[in-house]
Amino acid sequence: MGLNKNQIAQRIAKELHDGFYVNLGIGIPTLVANYIPHGIEVVLQSENGLLGMGPFPIAGHEDADLINAGKQTITTLPGSAFFDSAMSFGMIRAGKVHLTVLGAMEVAENGDIANWKVPGKMVKGMGGAMDLVASAKNIIVAMQHTDKAGNSKLLPACHLPITGLHCVKKVVTDLGVFEITKDGFLCTEHAPDVTIEEIKAKTAGKLTIAADCKIMEVA
Amino acid sequence: MGLNKCVKNAEEAIHDIQDGATIMLGGFGLCGIPENSITALVAKGVKNLTCISNNAGVDDFGIGLMLQTKQVKKMISSYVGENAEFERQLLSGELEVELIPQGTLATRCLMAGYGIPFFPTPAGVGTEVADGKDTVVRNGKTYLIEDAFDAEFAIVKAWKGDTYGNLIFKDTARNFNAPMAMAGKTTIAEVEHLVNIGELNPNEIHVPGIYVHRIFEGSNYEKRIEQLTVRN
Repeated sequence: MGLNKNQIAQRIAKELHDGFYVNLGIGIPTLVANYIPHGIEVVLQSENGLLGMGPFPIAGHEDADLINAGKQTITTLPGSAFFDSAMSFGMIRAGKVHLTVLGAMEVAENGDIANWKVPGKMVKGMGGAMDLVASAKNIIVAMQHTDKAGNSKLLPACHLPITGLHCVKKVVTDLGVFEITKDGFLCTEHAPDVTIEEIKAKTAGKLTIAADCKIMEVA
Repeated sequence: MGLNKCVKNAEEAIHDIQDGATIMLGGFGLCGIPENSITALVAKGVKNLTCISNNAGVDDFGIGLMLQTKQVKKMISSYVGENAEFERQLLSGELEVELIPQGTLATRCLMAGYGIPFFPTPAGVGTEVADGKDTVVRNGKTYLIEDAFDAEFAIVKAWKGDTYGNLIFKDTARNFNAPMAMAGKTTIAEVEHLVNIGELNPNEIHVPGIYVHRIFEGSNYEKRIEQLTVRN
């Protein structure tokens, strides 16, 4: 059966450490903000020029001048700072962002990622993705394990146009948690009602199951 | 005119923009877009424009209006997902599009304003973005060489400005407006509040007026919200 989107986000939130500056991509990654562990403080970076992104505003308090990278209205928090787009990507490229979480269409066993274009069909653009994957210290992908047709998204190599090379460190899917190693995907955790056989069947890239592979703890 | 950069309105500000011009337009999505100037460009009817802007607006607002009137020959952007007409014109070949990484887009503006003609960046190495570009390897890491933009006009939107062209932006409406203001050969700034010199605190200026050539106080800002989102 596998995890739902919120559970994937909840698992990724466990990767947050106290004092982290974090960039969350659109889609499932934004849900990570709902599961920041108690007792730690992180600062969310919005690539359009804000550190310290807060929750959505209460109805009636929306400000058109205050939006996130997904164009949604947001708020700020104590300690927030505004800056321009050049500085935003400056801090990203300079490695000041500790963790980037983004979605993907394909991740290869060597850490290549494709998430910006389906030729002839979907050409929305890469936005900040290429800058983020070229520079962030730690890159985690949140995605479904297979596409709508049932094809594996964890591949030997990407077929779709590349967003970045050798950059993904970890992938969290509806089926489990996979680290990228020099020997391909290493499954370190699997979703509660998902079998190892199912994971093997749905992973086209080189896959090793960790000796201590455990069940994911999710609410 | 001297140091007083004031013009009456958008129509006066864009008076010398001709067919085929290259224009930077500030804003991120619909946030911080120069609404009055876009309306004036549509009214003026200039065409075959090359527009440098992070996004393409939505179908019926922002740059989307200029796409509807087929005034844009080429867009240089990083993300155009919110505009169905744009995506259609792109896929059909009616519109020439160069999609570039958002950080590269912003930095190409900034470097123009910093007098750095080209610069290395890791963004896009190993991707289509690298096609036709020089690369450099330094300390074992590969970088693409990108050129600073060369734009005849930069049209930006700020919150406050004074008659010398000093600009202050508000919240996330700053975005590309600041680096683009620095990059234009002729920079046009529309502001919500135009004040006399001496009213802005010099410590609080985001873009100094040396970069700005024309400034006017805009009016009737719609400030449309693309994704109104509230919490329960």
